[in-house]
Amino acid sequence: MKIIHLSTALACALGFAVPGFAQSEIDHPECVAPANPGGGFDLTCRVAQTGLAPHVSSPVQVNFMPGGIGAVAFNQFNTNRADDGSAIVAFSTGSLLNIITGKYGAFDEKSVRWVGTAGADFGAVVVRADSDYQSLKDVMDDLSADPQSVVVGAGGSVGSQDWMKGALLMREAGGTPMQMRYVAFDGGGDAIAALLGGSIKVYTGDVGEMVPYLDSGDMRVLAVLSPERLEAPFDQLPTAKEQGYDVEWTILRGFYMGGKTSDEDYQKWVDAFEAAYATEEFAQIQHDKGLLPLNMSGEELSASIEGRMQTLREIATEAGLIQ
Amino acid sequence: MDTVLSGLATGFAVALDPFNLMLVMVGCFVGTLIGALPGLGPINGVAILLPIAYGLGFQPESALILLAGIYYGAEYGGRISSILLNVPGDAGAVMTTLDGNPMARAGQAGRALSLSAVASFAGGTFAVILMSLFAPALAGFAVTFGPADYVALMVFAFASLASLVGKSTVKTLLGATIGLMLATIGIDANTGVPRYTFGLPDILAGIDFLIVVVGLFGMAELLTLVEHQARGTLKSLPVDKSFVSMADLAATKWTIARASVIGFFIGILPGTGASVASAVAYGTEKRISDKDGTFGTGDPRGLAAPEAANNAAAGGSMVPMLTLGIPGSGTTAILLGALLMFNIQPGPMMFAQRPEVAWGLVASMYIGNVALLVINLPLVGLFARMLTIPQHYLTPLIAILAFIGIYTIVGNPHDLFMITGLGVFGWFLRKLDFSLAPIVLGFVLGGLFEDNLRRALSISGGDWSILVSNWKSLLLYALALLVVILPIWLGRRARANAVREAETH
Repeated sequence: MKIIHLSTALACALGFAVPGFAQSEIDHPECVAPANPGGGFDLTCRVAQTGLAPHVSSPVQVNFMPGGIGAVAFNQFNTNRADDGSAIVAFSTGSLLNIITGKYGAFDEKSVRWVGTAGADFGAVVVRADSDYQSLKDVMDDLSADPQSVVVGAGGSVGSQDWMKGALLMREAGGTPMQMRYVAFDGGGDAIAALLGGSIKVYTGDVGEMVPYLDSGDMRVLAVLSPERLEAPFDQLPTAKEQGYDVEWTILRGFYMGGKTSDEDYQKWVDAFEAAYATEEFAQIQHDKGLLPLNMSGEELSASIEGRMQTLREIATEAGLIQ
Repeated sequence: MDTVLSGLATGFAVALDPFNLMLVMVGCFVGTLIGALPGLGPINGVAILLPIAYGLGFQPESALILLAGIYYGAEYGGRISSILLNVPGDAGAVMTTLDGNPMARAGQAGRALSLSAVASFAGGTFAVILMSLFAPALAGFAVTFGPADYVALMVFAFASLASLVGKSTVKTLLGATIGLMLATIGIDANTGVPRYTFGLPDILAGIDFLIVVVGLFGMAELLTLVEHQARGTLKSLPVDKSFVSMADLAATKWTIARASVIGFFIGILPGTGASVASAVAYGTEKRISDKDGTFGTGDPRGLAAPEAANNAAAGGSMVPMLTLGIPGSGTTAILLGALLMFNIQPGPMMFAQRPEVAWGLVASMYIGNVALLVINLPLVGLFARMLTIPQHYLTPLIAILAFIGIYTIVGNPHDLFMITGLGVFGWFLRKLDFSLAPIVLGFVLGGLFEDNLRRALSISGGDWSILVSNWKSLLLYALALLVVILPIWLGRRARANAVREAETH
């Protein structure tokens, strides 16, 4: 993929003048997007590429390593490239779930080093504009009364993070996740099509992907699954919590490194992220890429991941995904 | 209508800007070359070029025009290696091999290439015109197509293909079953359980369609060539200066019209793209017009149908992408990603908020189609001369290109083993006189059939009546029945007439 190297290098050379403050000296820094170009992981890496540009000595190149929903990259960075100090790999909450359910093989969250975040997105409960459901309460009441009466759909299989959002709602409504009538689509786009076409009644998507639909009036967001209200343009959207339902779903987007990288290499990346988080420009990049700010790096991120994994494991066990 | 016209005016102003015009040309030309290379199709063409377009710092509309040109060009170019080498350049070009390659073998490579260029142009242009006039309404219709309707569509596709290929019905069915089995590999889209992955992370997401096509078709064809060469039974192909004639166009005009309509409507449905469109168009056309059993032996209609359909589908799949932000095919999914990279939110508001991007793209498709015809027709002779390259150079060259092509999709060496393995498997199947097309179709249609059947049943809570609960499904089942029964009935009537005539004489 030489062409890609060249072009990304060019992008950075053209796009960003190098300002004069401290930079991390990383040899041929690289961000691995464990998917095809154009997806969420690509976007995550672009945040690192543009956001870190002023803070690393040479431009971050984006490379792609698709295969097995990210499993190929996770295995690579646990074996052949476990000590590669110049590469970071993009991950999301979905990757964490895959680690838990064993789809990433024998390695777990302790075998890699968590570097920093690119930002976050939050779950959203979405219905069609002309839906009878006016608030999250309407949905939850129906789920409580008869779980089979609500057809929920999203862009991932049973056990994926899209399903998890529905499972958490179901649990909060007093049922078990397996009672839910869930329809798995191939990606959020197909699920949105099914919602607009009336095949499904409720779509458990993400806030970020709702931006183009907020103005068009095709769909309504009944609840955002964030800890508190988000900033504009989402400030009008009520959270599930304020409607009295303790359901939260944060999609963390960030980066990890191989587990055998030296402390020195690891620290260089962490410093670069720390420096970027402090700038206005980084916030703007997050905004442009449809991400909400949630900045953590190094120790803080590792601790956060540990906590998240514990919660996710509990939910996954309850949902019957793992024993 | 006024908004369409003023929109198109805006669009043409953008697309006719000299720089953008050049990008359309470059995109179409590069796309044709990418499509012509075995293993490289529109998806990886766009995926490879996306980071470059992003890196060069183009305006979003310019970058999108370039990428769309590549998408279009690759749909055009895919036919070239199908016809000349019997190796589909991409997934949408599988059906093109069935009649295209026999034509080339009969010394009519030039005629096949030029006819397919015209058919592609007609299909593509038809799609763009419908798209610019009715995009919002069409997209509204496309989303009402629910999982149950997709099931019916797949049944229709299977029905129209049942007649398809092979001398032996049993082997055709066995082939389709092998395809269905290959489609079950990977994480189950419904329950998330890995199926037949044997702990290999490389096939967790299933086997890429392109790998099946390049492996089963491409590699198996190459092995056959090597075998013939080793035995000294390799015949060199005759090359003449044949070109499409008015008689050809007259004979295929209704084929092209029907295939364009089928291709476009399958294209606008999210989740089905050029490969399904070309297969259904070919199957339908064979059912309708193959009275003398010439399909599969180099019938121009069998070549024109899939080509018109796959280009119409490429245009059709832009409809849900531009109007709803929902990708209609794998390639448009990448184009959507490209929009996000440029900080443009694709979706219902795009035509209103970024008219220069949306309409510029539409206008560039008009220009692109003309450009492709203009680029392709004079090059026909050049492409046809490819056949004069001695086989002992050509075979390894194609093999190298296929390996490079497959490696660039994913950059995973495992896929190279896969195409090699599938190639050997395909070669054995050919030895056993299996036709490979049913395998590929079983693979494509089977995956879609299973996913949608299970979605439909999840929606209904296990109630099978959902499958026949609306007019769209019922219409498709009726059509499916029709394509099976009609040829039988027509055959009987023809025989009865012949008997009656014999009696009266």
